[in-house]
Amino acid sequence: MSESSSKKRQIHVPILTRVEGEGALNIVLNQKSIERVELNIYEPPRFFEAFLRGRSHNEVADITARICGICPIAYQMTAVQAIESAWGIEIPVSVQRLRRLMYLAEWIESHGLHIHLLHAPDFFGCDSGLELAKHNPQAVQRGLKLKKIGNHTLEILGGRAIHPISLAVGGFYRLPRPEELHALIEDFQWGLQASIEIARWVGGFEFPDFHSPTTYVALQSQLEYAIMSGNVASSDGRLLATTDYEDAFNEEHVSHSTALHSRRKGSEEPYQVGPLARIHLNYDLLCPTAKRIAEELKWRLPTFNPFHSIIARALELIQAFEEGLEIIKTFQPSGKARQDYQPVEGRGCSITEAPRGLIYHRYDLDSDGKVKTAKIVPPTSQNQRQIEQDLYEALPTLLDFDDAYVAQNCEKLIRNYDPCISCSTHFLKVRRIHKKD
Amino acid sequence: MTSLPRLAVIKFASCDGCQLTLLDCEDELLTLGQVVHFAHFAEASSHLEEGPYDIALVEGSITTEHDIERLLQLRAASRLLVTIGACATAGGIQSLRNFADHQDFLRAVYAKPEYIKTLALSTPIAHHVKVDFELRGCPIDKRQLLEVIQSFLRGTRPKTSSEAVCQPCKRRGTICVVVAKGTPCLGPVTQAGCGAICPAFDRGCYGCFGPSRDPNMVSLSENVLLESMQAPEAGMWLRSFNGYAPEFANESQRLWPLTIQPRNASEKGESS
Repeated sequence: MSESSSKKRQIHVPILTRVEGEGALNIVLNQKSIERVELNIYEPPRFFEAFLRGRSHNEVADITARICGICPIAYQMTAVQAIESAWGIEIPVSVQRLRRLMYLAEWIESHGLHIHLLHAPDFFGCDSGLELAKHNPQAVQRGLKLKKIGNHTLEILGGRAIHPISLAVGGFYRLPRPEELHALIEDFQWGLQASIEIARWVGGFEFPDFHSPTTYVALQSQLEYAIMSGNVASSDGRLLATTDYEDAFNEEHVSHSTALHSRRKGSEEPYQVGPLARIHLNYDLLCPTAKRIAEELKWRLPTFNPFHSIIARALELIQAFEEGLEIIKTFQPSGKARQDYQPVEGRGCSITEAPRGLIYHRYDLDSDGKVKTAKIVPPTSQNQRQIEQDLYEALPTLLDFDDAYVAQNCEKLIRNYDPCISCSTHFLKVRRIHKKD
Repeated sequence: MTSLPRLAVIKFASCDGCQLTLLDCEDELLTLGQVVHFAHFAEASSHLEEGPYDIALVEGSITTEHDIERLLQLRAASRLLVTIGACATAGGIQSLRNFADHQDFLRAVYAKPEYIKTLALSTPIAHHVKVDFELRGCPIDKRQLLEVIQSFLRGTRPKTSSEAVCQPCKRRGTICVVVAKGTPCLGPVTQAGCGAICPAFDRGCYGCFGPSRDPNMVSLSENVLLESMQAPEAGMWLRSFNGYAPEFANESQRLWPLTIQPRNASEKGESS
């Protein structure tokens, strides 16, 4: 794994594991200093923004879903909402509730996967969820059963769990029948209890004493734990409208990179999106059970320990089940599945909260309802700089250990962010951090 | 060392959804772990072993020189190589670049296109190496994936249907969206396997399992698609997740001839 010369020490992780998509990590140390940290993403670019041009607005949700198999709803929902905002399409509250249930189901599936199969093994020194299941079968089986409820809900609302087919500009192609949804009540009741147990389980993990300063950025709403609408809030007190996102955040293309790096204009500091950011900015709007469990765990905010993201995900599972249960119980189909609309030339944008954090879409459309230009900012390209900063913060404490240990611990830091490299409309190829003198 | 069959899951350009299907086998995953040895499954395990592998499940299309090398090595190390999904089997949605000037695409996304290294074409796995079985779908279907793994473990050929979506759609009792509502639908020319979900959700099939055996593409265009859309629109619609599959690509080109001819997949993509 390593190759050392008299002075330089090089640590190479050829394949990052238990992350979505494919990347490598290179670290070059010179004596006791960090010469270079390279997160090398060899996931090739796929050009979504280019081939969306000229496509019908009806295809945008189906096409952008294929950016990511783990969070297709995040892409579909952000896409249809952006187009609806361009054309001023009002979605009735009952349909909005169903869409929210669908989004919550994706959180359940994605957080369930990350907690049990990708992240928790790190806290037990296991290579995989399967290995963890040998030592702790009950916890892994509970996790799989919970994840399955998320997927099953997506199948009912969207036909299938991966790349569902029911979301349309204006609403849904078809609404579920009440009995289809009501059949989920028992599952959600079980899921709520299970997610409480999961939060207690992960809350008892031994966390590395590691802190990395950050600015949290997430959607914020006065009405509910923001997922599908609201303003963009930052933990440094800034607040801006969705439509102003591009004025405050920009992307730049760095050398040797397929990534367009997100940064806040006028700031060199990285920022962080995702479950930890959401909990910090929206704690008051968490459901009562999630808050009660957070207090029971004596989990103090703010925290700048990225390993705590697993607690944030578990609390969001409670949120998803408690709120989802309420939506299911009160669901009564009313009105039509899909609102009528008239395409006009215009621009629309939307921001939602993917499991991994804030996602932005903007479309310019022509009067035939075709896409003229598209812009998509996925969560992981926003967390990129934060991940690199964490590596930089942690490496000095790891220098006395052997290469395998350093590599393992760097991978753990990366996994805290549940990075999705497949969201590669624009994502990092090689980024170098040089030692700050 | 274990004596269980050695399974590898390998990814090229794709969304991760097809290999996620394996992790979505929540009821079967732990049992599967007892009958096969996950020798290389980077999304699921940090324990990665070199080949040889008994079965390699391959997701994604080939879009870089580096990936061609990786694929050749994988083929040499694998007794059976199975492609999973539309990217690996037909080039995927990213093969839309095959119908365009890919330098144009680069310029549309990246400020400095000279930094990006990618091939001009996105090609299926079978254009580069021998493939033992192709599992269709964008994404693949969980039941079919389990059938494929089980069959190869038994030493038999997987039984996956080659009928068109219309058959399971009828069996499901869905009212035909073409006949009843005039909704354009690719069901008559698309391979079954998804469970005919789109018509059941009141929309037309958009072909994510790729062409069925001997599809009558012209008849579909003339009798279904062109009833409700213009030829360029119909051509573009055929050009999506399986747009580079020859049957869909040829008909799409007939309906909507491009000034740039779709490049032949047998020509090796040049590096940018």
